[in-house]
Amino acid sequence: MGALDTLRLTAREAKKLLVDGEVSAAELTKAYLDQIAAVEDRVHAYILVTADNAAKYSTKVDREMQAMRGPLAGLPIAIKDNMVTEGVTTTCASRILGNYMPVYTATAVRQLWDDHVVMLGKTNLDEFAMGSSTENSSVQTTRNPWDLATVPGGSSGGSAAAVAAGEALWALGSDTGGSIRQPAALCGIVGMKPTYGLVSRYGLIAFASSLDQIGPLTRSVYDCALLLRHIGGKDPRDTTSVESPEAVELPSAERLDGLRVGIPREYLAAGIEPGVRARFDATIARVEELGGTWVEVSLPHTEYALSAYYIIAPAEASANLARFDGVRYGHRAADADDLITMYERTRGEGFGAEVKRRIMIGTYALSAGYYDAYYGRAQRVRTLVRRDFDTVFEQVDLVASPTSPTVAFGVGSRTDDPLAMYMSDICTLPVNLAGLPAISIPCGLSGGLPVGFQLIGPAFSENRILDAAHALEAAIGFEPAPAFRDSSAGPEPGEGGSATVAAAGAPS
Amino acid sequence: MIGEDDVRYVAKLARLHLEQDEMRRMTGELAKILAHIDKMSELDTAAVPPTAHVLDVVDVTRADRVEPGLPRAEALRNAPAVTDDSFRVPRMS
Repeated sequence: MGALDTLRLTAREAKKLLVDGEVSAAELTKAYLDQIAAVEDRVHAYILVTADNAAKYSTKVDREMQAMRGPLAGLPIAIKDNMVTEGVTTTCASRILGNYMPVYTATAVRQLWDDHVVMLGKTNLDEFAMGSSTENSSVQTTRNPWDLATVPGGSSGGSAAAVAAGEALWALGSDTGGSIRQPAALCGIVGMKPTYGLVSRYGLIAFASSLDQIGPLTRSVYDCALLLRHIGGKDPRDTTSVESPEAVELPSAERLDGLRVGIPREYLAAGIEPGVRARFDATIARVEELGGTWVEVSLPHTEYALSAYYIIAPAEASANLARFDGVRYGHRAADADDLITMYERTRGEGFGAEVKRRIMIGTYALSAGYYDAYYGRAQRVRTLVRRDFDTVFEQVDLVASPTSPTVAFGVGSRTDDPLAMYMSDICTLPVNLAGLPAISIPCGLSGGLPVGFQLIGPAFSENRILDAAHALEAAIGFEPAPAFRDSSAGPEPGEGGSATVAAAGAPS
Repeated sequence: MIGEDDVRYVAKLARLHLEQDEMRRMTGELAKILAHIDKMSELDTAAVPPTAHVLDVVDVTRADRVEPGLPRAEALRNAPAVTDDSFRVPRMS
């Protein structure tokens, strides 16, 4: 068995290597730990690498393969650090959680542990998953492996960058307004937000409870389905979780005959970069080549969706984050001699700027005198956004759009303008307001950086989305070739980039 | 238009201490964000029912069965201060 190419290996292939005895779980895990050792000092995808545990557990899987036989046994995974993991610190990339050591495990993670996956570590995120660039992390800024001067997107930027950099076989993220799909797009991988309720939120540290959903970040559409099959279902610990009317199937479609795709004109009007538009149009041409048809559709309330989202999400966040008060866990301000001062200082010291902004917007929107004008109205606009999708899905099977209006942007280029940062979610956040499933797949490069193609479906249409994405993926033939170069650092010195990476063929 | 007094009041509601410069910056940022959000008022939503939740699930219950809870030691494990098997906090003023 030669060296494993962790930039290209899919979970489907890794599983076959394991089953055929070509590679052991320990060797597989070591390949990822080696790649982490080689590139992590440039990518900064992980908050915590659980290398010892991963090595030990993978050996145990090898030893007890008979007892631990299962569809995911021995496959290594990275977990976004807003899912609690018993005995492994969980930070949400926030100072306020300090060295929080969870005493229980998120259901989605527990399901994977029960299937004997090997956890590689916990990945970086925007603090409490609030952001679109991972720059709001209090720990570090993750870099995009395609160009280290750019962001990986967010908030699941650590998970996306880890997969794109070959530092993980696949990963779990969470998506409240695009936080799986947008970083997947910017890093050139697959990311899916399932229908609201399909995956239990128990143990996902809540940002906006009516919008949050856990989902996969993977190197292929098949892997996305494989992972999703093992994290879903009704959980008695999450009353909003449901059993999907149909089980998630492994996709095999090669054609799109009869598929009707709608392209919302409002999404294409939303300041899409020319390079992104060109890749999107080329992908729509593929849809036609594969036997599908497309038609322009309208989601007329799109421009109001952003406003509604930036009331609803902060309102829910301001309530959810009230629990961080320095009493039961996490950071507590020193030297406060009365309770209220302790609360105020703890929260003032513990939360970063973006989290404070959202707590303030949310508290304002829920406060007496403003509730009807902001929160009440936003909930009504949410109904209009849902109805837009209902109407469109009477005409078409799926809706397609670019995932992000732009490719990866420069580190620091949007941090001074919160509103500009919010705009980067315009094509993804209406999907969360409507609770729908959507996937992002890589559809080519623009200026050397990946472009994401988004497919949105009606509630519980995961199989339809995965089948279409699978057929398109094969037709597109995207080549994962992150350069690990820093475009802001000038010409590359002679021996930049690790040997593994150079061998993988970096684009010029 | 939101002003610094509003921001100070909301920060108090949110139990959030803001430094003077944070307060000033926040006032400007919130004004800009809320101005954008006010776009919603262009819509007549009087006849539209609100959506609090996208799923048609109501009154979800589980069997009324006693299950083991978190042991006290585990619940206290992450506490910044503990006295007599309880969370210790500064006095109420």
